[in-house]
This record gives sequence, C-alpha cells and structure tokens, in this order.
Amino acid sequence: MFPEELSLPLGKWVNRFVDWLVVNYGDGFSAFADSLLILLVWLEQILRGTPWWLVVLTLIAIGFHASRSWKIAAGLGIAMIAIGSLGLWDKAMQTLALMIVATSLSVAIGIPVGIVMALSNRLRAVMLPVLDTMQTMPSFVYLIPALMLFGLGKVPAILATVIYAAPPVMRLTDLGIRLVDREVLEASRSFGASRGQILWGVQLPLALPNIMAGINQTTMMAISMVVIASMIGARGLGEQVLIGIQRLDVGAGMEAGIAIVLLAVVFDRIGQSYGKRAQRSKPAGDGA
Amino acid sequence: MTEKIVVKNLYKVFGDRPKQAMRMIEQGIDKADIFEQTGQTVGVCDASFTVNKGEIFVIMGLSGSGKSTLVRLLNRLIEPTAGQVMVDGVDIAAMSDKELLQLRRRDMAMVFQSFALMPHLSVADNVAFGLELAGIAVEERQSRALNALEQVGLKSHAASYPDELSGGMQQRVGLARALANDPAVMLMDEAFSALDPLIRAEMQDELLTLQREHKRTIIFISHDLDEAMRIGDRIAIMEGGVVVQIGTPEEILNNPANDYVKSFFRGVDVSTVLSAKDIASKRQVTVIERAGVGLKTALNRLRAEDREFGYIVGDQLDFHGVVSVDSLDAAIKAGAQKFNEAFLPDVTPVSADTQLSDLIGTVAHAPCGVPVIAENGKYLGVIKKANLLATLDREGDSLHGG
Repeated sequence: MFPEELSLPLGKWVNRFVDWLVVNYGDGFSAFADSLLILLVWLEQILRGTPWWLVVLTLIAIGFHASRSWKIAAGLGIAMIAIGSLGLWDKAMQTLALMIVATSLSVAIGIPVGIVMALSNRLRAVMLPVLDTMQTMPSFVYLIPALMLFGLGKVPAILATVIYAAPPVMRLTDLGIRLVDREVLEASRSFGASRGQILWGVQLPLALPNIMAGINQTTMMAISMVVIASMIGARGLGEQVLIGIQRLDVGAGMEAGIAIVLLAVVFDRIGQSYGKRAQRSKPAGDGA
Repeated sequence: MTEKIVVKNLYKVFGDRPKQAMRMIEQGIDKADIFEQTGQTVGVCDASFTVNKGEIFVIMGLSGSGKSTLVRLLNRLIEPTAGQVMVDGVDIAAMSDKELLQLRRRDMAMVFQSFALMPHLSVADNVAFGLELAGIAVEERQSRALNALEQVGLKSHAASYPDELSGGMQQRVGLARALANDPAVMLMDEAFSALDPLIRAEMQDELLTLQREHKRTIIFISHDLDEAMRIGDRIAIMEGGVVVQIGTPEEILNNPANDYVKSFFRGVDVSTVLSAKDIASKRQVTVIERAGVGLKTALNRLRAEDREFGYIVGDQLDFHGVVSVDSLDAAIKAGAQKFNEAFLPDVTPVSADTQLSDLIGTVAHAPCGVPVIAENGKYLGVIKKANLLATLDREGDSLHGG
C-alpha cells in the first residue's frame, strides 16, 4: 500500500475550483455559451434549410476549385448523395454545422498560437506538453467540468472538440514556420525587412503547405469527436451511433458510422487538394 | 579615393558571456584557450580595414576563418561585440533599429552563396522584394525590377519561378535583386562559390562589366584565390577570425605575410596573376642618353660592370633601345655618333600589363633581357629568362617550403 500521508487530494482541489468557478463566474460562462450557441444554431438552420442538391452542388464546386479535377469533384458529390440515401441527410447537416464551428474556432485559436510558438522557444517548451495533454487526456475528463459550466448540449461539445482538434494546426503552424529556410530569412533581413514583414511576407506564405496540412488534420479530428460529443447532447450523426449502441441496432450504428466516414473523406479530399495547391504556388516541375 | 566603409577594432564573440571573453582577449589569451575555458567562440578578432568607394574588396579565408561573420557585421545581420563600422562616417553599431532598416533598404544589398531566393515569388517579384520592403509603389518597382533583370540578361524569365531556373540563372536573379535597390554597397557572400567553374567565370566577368558601367563598392567574400585575384582591387586575408594581410593581389602574392597566406597560392597559376611590371628588375646597366654621354662611355661602363647588354633611356626615363658590347664596338669602329646606330634590331619591349603567360615566348627568344615599358613609354626594368623561370617555379617552392 502506498502510504496515506503522501497521497495528494488533487481531485478534491479540482472539485472545489470548479465549484468556485460555477458559483462566481457561472453567468459569464453562460453568456459566452449563448453567443457560441447562437452562431451554431444559425449555421445549422442555414445548412438544414438549404435544399440538399444545392449543398451537394456547392461542395462539388468547392471540390473542383480546390483540386481542378472533375473526378474528385464528382466523387465528393457521390459521397454526399450516398449520405442522403442512407437517410441521414439532416443528421449529417447538424454534424457538419458542429464541425464547421469547431474547426473554425480551432483554426482561429490554433494559427496564432502556432505562430507565437514558432517565434518563442520558451513558449514552445511550455506549449508542447500542454498540447500532448490536450490530445491524450480522455475527453470525458474535461467534458464533466464543461457540462457544469456550460450545461448540456452543443456548446460543451464544441469546446471538447476544440480542445481535441486544435493541437495539430498549432503544431504544424509552428513546424511550418520553423522549417522556412534560414538563408531566405537572412536574405529578407538583409534587405531591411521588419519582423512583421518577414512574418507576413515570407514565413507564413512559405509555411502555408504545412498550415494547410494542419487545418486538414484538425478537421479530421473534429469529425472524429462527433460521437463522443453526442454523449453530452450534441445532435447529429454521433447521436445516431449512440442510439445504435444503446438499442443494439447494429445496422443503424453501421449506417451512421459510414456516413461519418463519408463526411470525413469529403473534407479530407478538399483539405488535401488545397494543401497541394498551396505547395504548388511555388510551381514545381510537375506543376500545372 | 574616398573611404566608404571604415572598420575599426571590430570583434564578435559568439556565446552567452561575450564580456568575459573580451576581457580574456585583452589579456592576450589565445582563442582556443578562451573556448576551452568559457565556451565562447571568438568569430572575429580585432578587424580593422578601410574599403574605398568604388572598389571591389575581397575578404578571403578558409571556412571557419570568420569571413562570413565579418561581412554580416557590416550590415549588422550579426551584432558586433565591440568596435566600429563606419559607413560614410556613420557608425552603424550605434544605429537605431529603424535607421538600420533604412540602411539595409537603401544603401546596402547582399548576395548569398545559396541564392536565398523566395520560392513562392516569381523572378520579378523576387527582384522587387527589396523595393517592396522599402514601400516603393507597384509600377515603379516593377519597372526597376525589369531593368535590373535586363542588366543580368534575364528579362525574359521575369514570370518564371526560381526552381525553374538553373543555378547560374538563380544567382543572376540574386544579383538583380541586389542591383534593383541601386545600393552604394554590395555585400557578396561567396556569391559564385556554388556555381560550376565555367558559369562562375562568366559571372565574375559579368560583375566586372557591371562594375565598369556603374562603380559600386563591393565587398566580396571568397575562399578561392583565383577568384579573389581576378576580381579584387584589394584583398584582405583572414585566418581564425583575424585579418592577417591586406593588399592588392600583387602585393599579397609577392610578399605573403605568413605561411597561411602562402598556402593559398598552392595551385594558383601565377602566370595569369602577375604581369610584366611585377617581375621587371632594374638591376641593369642603364645609360641615360644626353649630351656628353657617347658610345664609348657606355662601352666602358658595360665593361667595368662586366655586363653584356646596356639599356639606353632618355632623360625622362623613356625607353630608347638596347645595346650590347659587340654592337657598341662595331658602331664605334664604323664611326657612329648616336646610340641608335648600335641598337640591337630584334629586341621589342613588352608593355607593363602583359601577363607572364604571354611573355614566355618573347623572353625565351630574345637575345637579352626583355625591357618592360609603361603605357607612357617609361622604362620600368628588364625581364630575364632566369627571373621569369624563378617566378613561374614559385608554386613548387611554396609546396616544399610552406
């Protein structure tokens, strides 16, 4: 037995801290939650209100813009129609809205954090273990306090998704900036570039392929969180999987699972195509 | 000649405790000992030199000799630990960040060994990069960029991207990028070292052509003595962070300061570096042709000094001709009064700038030492077979003696 005197009542402290947060700042948290909720509901209504064919056409157009390939664009359209024919269109749109908000939030937070990490070794040393924790800590652990602060439903689902999905874009933004050729940086300095000019004119454009890869990974991770998010009341495809498990309805679970995979494939193809284009903006020999 | 850049007692210590290292330098402690005791690396130690306006000043040394550090101290890409760098009389070490950016944008441009072009920008945008930083309007910077590209012969590639060009072409873009700013000073860090020899020679010629059209002050870093000799007006040689010798190519070749400097000349073809004036010897019998100096006087002097040939010059030291004991003798017997009747017919003087490689034939076939004359006709001395051979053999000497 481990000696009693050495035990650390960490759990109690955390409980007390969360209680204190809820009591003192509960109103602030719910105000924040409300504004996030308004955004999400608005987006959800747009996606669910738009005729299905318009959504499919829009995704095909985006796919073609990203890849310049009719094959890929057509593939995306077929995948979306397949989701619809599984009878999961409406659920997919709910999931899509959740994913878009969570990914946008992750990217909006992740890229600036990644930039600061690249510019400061000290911050990077602090952030790397934090990012590891964010990615490995079981999501339920922070879902519980999130529930207490924001209530049941979509908002804690988004926050849980952001915590899980933001690290890749942070890591890859940091990496992309650090990989920029030192001689190129020195050359920009020698021509009198200020720090801001170097960041916006040299580092970020050259890091773009990596940043795009980060955004793509973040999107994928956001999609993979939808099942867990459904456990705290977020609706959508994840909810369908959950129902399948609870009712031992293997078929329903499988259908929803396939729809999630299809959605992931669609966004992965779009993200990857944009990533390749970013790389090709320095057109290589095999470029367009 | 006006001074463009004056470097005074410049030091650079790499590490976290430069002050400690500086104190040890003042005590005269060796660079290696300083590193051993404190972990501080002395990159540049007490460099002082002056670069004149419009000259190509080559800084030469082996890798690790501190030459790349030294050139970066000149535009403060690396902060000096101590000392001064005066550009047009202004100490750049004391400049504020803003003034420094202005200096880099307006007055100094740099060309890099690895080209360091922006892969995401087209050739034209790369060339316009410095102008963009300086906040120059789009139309003007485009026209100036095209103009700079024209100077290096790449105008037709303006829309290409760097990775579509060969190495030589990429470095031309690098050169154009520096030229576009129209800087008074260009810093070239091993600019041609990454190019293959043929392209390198071509780029050197191009640089010299550009320099003839528009004199800039160029500081050129190189580890290649042939290159340094070819383009440098003056050369500074660095060893272990210290400038060991500064001088014109000929001065350094003729009087290397130490074995390190000498070691550079291994493999250097002196015949293309030295010219006739560098090895002309004046230890000859020279007769100044004037009233009262007759053929007999000359003959007596030659006999007294036991020499076969005499060199006849005017009172302005302008070269007239060569006589020998035999030709003088014959002329006197024939009753000649003037030296020109005794001149040897098959001796043609060579001009001062003739390269040694072009001299070998002339010297080998001449009966006597070949006289060397300057552009204005002035007599500079004589090249004999023996001293030409000795010079050409110097390479071998330094191999054994170095």
